[in-house]
Amino acid sequence: MSSAHNRPLSDPEIRVKALESLLVEKGLIDPKALDELVDTYETKVGPHNGAQVVARAWTDADYKKRLLEEGSAAIGELGFSGMQGEDMVVVENTSEVHNILVCTLCSCYPWPTLGLPPVWYKAAPYRARAVSDPRGVLAEFGVDVPEDKEVRVWDSTAEVRYMVLPERPAGTEKLNESELADLVTRDSMIGVALVQAPV
Amino acid sequence: MNGIHDLGGKHGVGKLEVEEDEPVFHHEWEKRAFGLFFGVAPHGFFNLDEFRHSIERMGAAQYLNTTYYEHWLHAYETLLIEKGAISAEEYAARCAEVAAEAS
Repeated sequence: MSSAHNRPLSDPEIRVKALESLLVEKGLIDPKALDELVDTYETKVGPHNGAQVVARAWTDADYKKRLLEEGSAAIGELGFSGMQGEDMVVVENTSEVHNILVCTLCSCYPWPTLGLPPVWYKAAPYRARAVSDPRGVLAEFGVDVPEDKEVRVWDSTAEVRYMVLPERPAGTEKLNESELADLVTRDSMIGVALVQAPV
Repeated sequence: MNGIHDLGGKHGVGKLEVEEDEPVFHHEWEKRAFGLFFGVAPHGFFNLDEFRHSIERMGAAQYLNTTYYEHWLHAYETLLIEKGAISAEEYAARCAEVAAEAS
């Protein structure tokens, strides 16, 4: 069988191919099933899910109350649940408190609402500094939190997954739920960005 | 454990680097590395805590100098061999074959 590559494979490429081929031979994995999962997390599950949760909370006070009290159940009402979202805690940004999330030990992240985490979230610099210098990290992301505003850092445990409910920006009073969801970014639900009103 | 993975508050681990609009996966092999977890997990060779722990056992220099999905590869290699799903010899042999086929 001729290789489709016109260059040597990288070390991880070799290892992945070797593992996958061995496991297929032993009848342990089905590559087609894996393809589907990859596609799901590459194209279907993502921050647009969390944005819907946020927009619902902004427009429905009872939903927001449920969301803050029992995150998993409320998020589940919108159809988002599953792996890495079994135990959700939603923390609300207010005029008094700004929340930021991290997993210092690995990469814990709420997949059903935000999809897979970005590289910077999983890498050493963010994991190290989010807990010791959150205001510095936020400033690097362009978020200047006033000195008199409390910053809360939530470090995920192996089981709990957090999501930030960002503040609804002024000037959005006339937008409907779907239009509001379009404003909500992934970074605002991690706590390293604020939601911007449309220009 | 007091390993390198316990990064909270550590100095000297580099500057925050953010890639704008980064793709979910940066290489085809990363997609395969991601998918493999769900193929292997149901067989019960290891659970998620063991998976994390195998990465935590990597060693500080290697941990900091390899990428996230390379950590996952390390976990599969470590655990699948430790648990007897594959042997170190057949894995090494297959890696050599794959490398030879491509060159």
